[in-house]
Amino acid sequence: MAPVLELRGITKAFPGVLANDHIDLTLEEGEILALLGENGAGKTTLMNILYGLYQPDAGEIFVRGKKVEIHEPNDAIRLGIGMVHQHFMLVPVFTVTENVMLGVESMRYGLFLDRRRAAAKVREISEQYKLEVNPDDYIKDLPVGVQQRVEIIKVLYRKADILILDEPTAVLTPQEVEELFKIIRSLREQGKSIIFITHKLKEVMAIADRITVLRQGRAVGTTTPAEATMERLAQMMVGREVELVVKKKPAKPGDVVLDVENLHVVDHRGNVAVRGVTFDVRAGEILGVAGVQGNGQTELVRALTGLLRPEMGRIRVNGVDVTHASPREILEQGVAHVPEDRQKDGLILKYPVHDNLILNTYYIPPFAKGVNLQFGEIYKAAAERAYEFDIRTPNVYVPVSTLSGGNQQKTIVAREFSRPVRLLIASQPTRGLDVGSIEYIHQRIVQKRDEGAAVLLVSPELDEILALSDRIAVMYRGQFVAILPAAEATRQKLGLLMAGVSVAEAEAAGQAPAPVEENPAL
Amino acid sequence: MSEQKERASQNNPDTRAQALARLLLRPARGSVWQAILLPVLAVFTALVIGALVIVFTDLQVLNLYKDFFSAPGKALAASWKSIASAYSALFKGSIGNPAEFAKAISVLRATGDAAPLRQAFWPISESLVTSVPYIFAGLAVALGFQCGLFNIGAEGQIFIGALASVYVGYSIKGLPQYIHLPLAFLTGAAAAGLWAAVAGVLKAKTGAHEVINTIMMNYIAFLLSDWLLNGPMKRPGYSPISPAIQDSAWLPKFFPDPLRFHAGFFVALGIAAVVYWLLFKTTIGFEIRSVGANPDAARYAGISVTRNFVLAMFLSGALAGMAGANEVLGVNHQLASAFSSGYGFDSIALALLGKSHPVGVVLAALLFGTLRSGATRMQSLAGVPIDIISILQALVIIFIAAPAIIRWLYRLRLEREVGETVFTRGWGQ
Repeated sequence: MAPVLELRGITKAFPGVLANDHIDLTLEEGEILALLGENGAGKTTLMNILYGLYQPDAGEIFVRGKKVEIHEPNDAIRLGIGMVHQHFMLVPVFTVTENVMLGVESMRYGLFLDRRRAAAKVREISEQYKLEVNPDDYIKDLPVGVQQRVEIIKVLYRKADILILDEPTAVLTPQEVEELFKIIRSLREQGKSIIFITHKLKEVMAIADRITVLRQGRAVGTTTPAEATMERLAQMMVGREVELVVKKKPAKPGDVVLDVENLHVVDHRGNVAVRGVTFDVRAGEILGVAGVQGNGQTELVRALTGLLRPEMGRIRVNGVDVTHASPREILEQGVAHVPEDRQKDGLILKYPVHDNLILNTYYIPPFAKGVNLQFGEIYKAAAERAYEFDIRTPNVYVPVSTLSGGNQQKTIVAREFSRPVRLLIASQPTRGLDVGSIEYIHQRIVQKRDEGAAVLLVSPELDEILALSDRIAVMYRGQFVAILPAAEATRQKLGLLMAGVSVAEAEAAGQAPAPVEENPAL
Repeated sequence: MSEQKERASQNNPDTRAQALARLLLRPARGSVWQAILLPVLAVFTALVIGALVIVFTDLQVLNLYKDFFSAPGKALAASWKSIASAYSALFKGSIGNPAEFAKAISVLRATGDAAPLRQAFWPISESLVTSVPYIFAGLAVALGFQCGLFNIGAEGQIFIGALASVYVGYSIKGLPQYIHLPLAFLTGAAAAGLWAAVAGVLKAKTGAHEVINTIMMNYIAFLLSDWLLNGPMKRPGYSPISPAIQDSAWLPKFFPDPLRFHAGFFVALGIAAVVYWLLFKTTIGFEIRSVGANPDAARYAGISVTRNFVLAMFLSGALAGMAGANEVLGVNHQLASAFSSGYGFDSIALALLGKSHPVGVVLAALLFGTLRSGATRMQSLAGVPIDIISILQALVIIFIAAPAIIRWLYRLRLEREVGETVFTRGWGQ
């Protein structure tokens, strides 16, 4: 039988880049095919071609053995191809049903929306695939994981049997990822064929039937999880050997740099997000803060960096009370901050690379003399940073928005690490990055520690916490429920603590054999 | 970290020095041409559509179209004539009539009488005089845009600047010009700056949107000026006009009447240069632009967003105030109610056309000034209503605001500009 989908020799060039270079790909009925590749490898371009958003320069597409032309998404939908985009296309103030109906409204008397019939259909799909979505909920009230399921329902409602999921786990918590995997397996059992786009090796090993790896616009190979190892996949993806385990020496903790006492923080909606947190971080150690996203980590970091005013408690950096200090006063204490949302907080996207590299030092010599910016110095320093931190950019004058996510993050890291750093606060420093960039940034963080900086690492990725931390704090509902040495922490124990299980219970459960530790943030 | 470097050098066989040189190499600049291509095409397209409007509003020409199929030449010729006469009148009214120049020069040669030459230069002098308040007000709105602020209050700020300048101009007597003139000019700027800063403070402290506040403050400014000109600042007599300013507060004129061209033009160019320097070469401008481009990142970088809102509104208001001061000190030498005729509102469009860049603003202001002053002549010579200029301006703005139309029309494959001008942010942010 012919494969359900076959791409032959797909080629697509953009000015200056060959995004897809004669790519061949087959998808069998009822299988999960993982499309693995670094950012910029051409995964999304290929899928956009399949979905009719781009036209290929060359190549052919076959659906169930028949050659087809896909000029626009409606063609794709007619052929049973559905796409769940990385960024959801939902109307927040509409209900689930209304969002699903949008564009394919069922009508009564050709005039009135037939919400009831659509809602029944949504409920039926939800039950069939165990999606657990209530048709009458408003999108704005739903967590991200459920919103994603609404996107899946949208695709199924349009009778798709080939589903493309574009980086579906990028926005999900570990628990939500598990739920998504269950849903994907249940879709497969009912005969759907799925293309799963990702750059995360661990996910590929967990979910895929077959894996096709893309590198620099070319399909470099197809394999299966049984035949491949993570190391082998990483090598195929990056084109060189990658160290999946961060090498680090034991920590040599020095003086206390960050000292936090009984900190209470209220978020912008007026909810108490941090309730009485007390901890310290010493020079030369990494304190990892683990926890499911939304348990107060964001507010904790914002309070520490002066972006949110604490309600109560005290923060000291190098012995100086900075509880109510401005962001600049805190920066000037030698605090470097790699923010959680790099595009919102960390960069000015339309500014050139060189201006982003001086975003918080523009007023200090040699970059300014009085009020005059010294562009000669600014350019020179930018070129040195770009070279030293391996920021891949044609020159320092292009807008930072034109760089890939990994290089944008390296720009932030270059800026923050090039100041005299006594305390480094890194919030999800590798979110959305590819293997090569993650390896690089992890090495840099450990290097900063070894140079004597205190490091506070906040990440919802357990594996990142386990790979880097010397001590680990678990944050749950605004509190640190435990602070333990990394040696005593296992994935299982942390997972239980993160879910709100008490320390004693977690200790008891922690006796069970721990899974092999690798760095699956990769 | 030496591994890292080794790897980088493996990937890039060039040495450190070569790599740095490559990173510092400026790409060939095609961007200047690209940057002005869209505005130029927008203006051109507006003129073409304006021509159609001229034809379709000319009843005599329209009548000829009834017989279009029997005598198409007649209708087309009449259309062409109508368009040509309108646009040539616009040209003569704003730049000047070449024939008149030639004649005036021969008169000057023959008799030594310069009056005809001055007459010939009159249109271009008027265009420049009209451009000056546009330059100031356009800079005002552009500076606001650079900080992410939508200052709709330039019109009101022009009135405040004019009121303050005229007061200093007529009430203080016996000062030498080199003190009195700058004092009157800067008082106007400062007063309007403080006036506009109120909206900045309200936004910084309470989050109240500057669009609402500057609109409301426009009304306060208009009515304040009406009241002052009908009361405390009224000159003896019936009409609501202020006393004339002292000669020592006049912006110097260079030529005898009827040429009104005055030093304000050079002041405006100088101020445009200062604004350019401030925005792009100083830490102050770096902060203002950072807040405008991404307030979250600015705050993260230790820049005070609220302080920059207040500062930018002050500077924006001060620039608008200079437009008012210029009109009082350079053109009218007194203040009558309703003197501004919408410079402040046109300047919003003008700042968009100039892409919120001082150089662009100056060019756009020259265009607007030329169109405005030529319009009167077009009406009297070609009988084309003055409103056609408003239509042209509106079309230019539409095409600038929706560049996709121009790209589509001319099949341009321009790369999308990164972060096309941020006009303003959502409510209450």
